[in-house]
Amino acid sequence: MKPPPFGYHAPGTLDEALGVLAAVPGGKVLAGGQSLVPLLNMRLAAPSDLVDINRVGELDTLRVTAGGVRAGALARHARVERSAAAAAVQPLLGRALRHVAHPAIRNRGTVVGSLAHADPAAELPAVLAVLRGTVEAASARGRRTIAAAEFFRGPLEPALEPGELAVSAFFPAAPPRTGTAFAETARRHGDYALSGVAAVVTLDEDLRVAAARTGHLGIAPVPVVFDLTGAAGPGGDWAAAAAHVRERIDPESDIHAGAGYRRHLTGVLTERALNAAASEALRKAGE
Amino acid sequence: MEESFEVALTVNGTHRTARVPARRLLSDLLRHDLGLTGTHVGCEHGVCGCCTVLLDGEPVRSCLMFAVTAAGHEVTTVEGLAAEDGTPSPVQRAFRECHGLQCGFCTPGFLCTVTALLRETPNPTEEQVLEGISGNLCRCTGYQNIVKSVHRAAVLLAEAAGEGES
Ligand SMILES: Cc1cc2nc3c(=O)[nH]c(=O)nc-3n(C[C@H](O)[C@H](O)[C@H](O)COP(=O)(O)OP(=O)(O)OC[C@H]3O[C@@H](n4cnc5c(N)ncnc54)[C@H](O)[C@@H]3O)c2cc1C
Ligand code: FES
Ligand code: FES
Repeated sequence: MKPPPFGYHAPGTLDEALGVLAAVPGGKVLAGGQSLVPLLNMRLAAPSDLVDINRVGELDTLRVTAGGVRAGALARHARVERSAAAAAVQPLLGRALRHVAHPAIRNRGTVVGSLAHADPAAELPAVLAVLRGTVEAASARGRRTIAAAEFFRGPLEPALEPGELAVSAFFPAAPPRTGTAFAETARRHGDYALSGVAAVVTLDEDLRVAAARTGHLGIAPVPVVFDLTGAAGPGGDWAAAAAHVRERIDPESDIHAGAGYRRHLTGVLTERALNAAASEALRKAGE
Repeated sequence: MEESFEVALTVNGTHRTARVPARRLLSDLLRHDLGLTGTHVGCEHGVCGCCTVLLDGEPVRSCLMFAVTAAGHEVTTVEGLAAEDGTPSPVQRAFRECHGLQCGFCTPGFLCTVTALLRETPNPTEEQVLEGISGNLCRCTGYQNIVKSVHRAAVLLAEAAGEGES
């Protein structure tokens, strides 16, 4: 189908974009369009105005420092996925991005757009959540930083106010002796996952588990994070940690999978991801 | 009256302009306003890959982009893949040789996708081929001959590059 009519704005600067967003209360940001345009084509969304940020060059940034990776609102999935600098500082991002849709979609879709879309089955919200990252939002009234734990309010419901634009997202770097892993199962490669997990394991100097966390997608209306440091114990009992997760989630049934299957699958993926993350942490500790 | 916008872009090396409403999809600009019906439209929500074109050399879904956003960019459609004298490109020849198409509906999208894939990965492994074409659906071939076509195209491209050097 074809999209409904809308007022179109193509600002050239961030200030201009925020000015338009303040002036048109029903306006929506158009970034990569890989989620918004399907919704428009299917007439599931009919915003009065679209603010196309694709010409705002100052948002097309990817900054990597020792502290982490900051993706500007126009950093496309493909660019972040291919960045060796980003992978060196926080490999989890690239690992998760390989599961996001298909290469052609990743050439347009943006990392920040994926967070702002807040699909409960999307990979990046779970990654931001498990890494305790942040989203930087700006409006004509000012700027604020939103922690991942507050950013995802519900399905397709980010903590952005009308008139607010997410200018960047920050994914903190992996501390020393830390391994990460991403695992998911989808009906077909590139589809939204039935269940997925991002795992982060940090060891102490004696190679005991100092911290273990998982971020889950596809099992609740928002990303779910578990601190499994206690459940796994200092020796890293990943089967026990996975059981801890399995017993505390309440996934729903849909046409793709039943709740019981999702629960089982989540346990299997959790153990697998934690194992892989712990192996990587051990390797890094030995370096 | 819905507002319209002047869109100027380069399509297959030629400067083109059209006056369209903001909601005109790039796929419809190409097909209806510019008469380039080689780009096919299957699902209009990004799933089938039939409408894939190259935007500044990178494969994108033309059904998920507004023509106004594409203004100023360079678009290559299936009509722009062959040489100027009409000689099919190595990728097109490989699809013909290996029977990589039956009804042909999906083919323009595959040809654009594979052209970009082999530019970036001239010697792809089986896995890279499968990943590379995973976003394109074909209801006819069962994919086996498409995968063969991609490998064959890699060989033809290497040969063409070798000839260019000697
Ligand atoms: C066939 C297909 C398969 C897909 N599979 C997956 C998948 O497996 N996993 C996955 O995670 N995603 C998947 N996607 C979605 C893809 O990752 C999108 O790129 C992403 O969800 C949205 O990013 P975008 O830049 O395209 O945003 P848009 O589509 O432009 O916008 C999406 C929403 O976010 C808002 N928004 C965007 N940017 C901002 C901003 N800077 N500030 C405020 N609001 C903003 C928009 O207003 C809109 O509501 C798929 C898409 C398609 C078409
Ligand atoms: S028509 Fe664009 S992906 Fe199907
Ligand atoms: S050849 Fe008919 S859909 Fe692919």
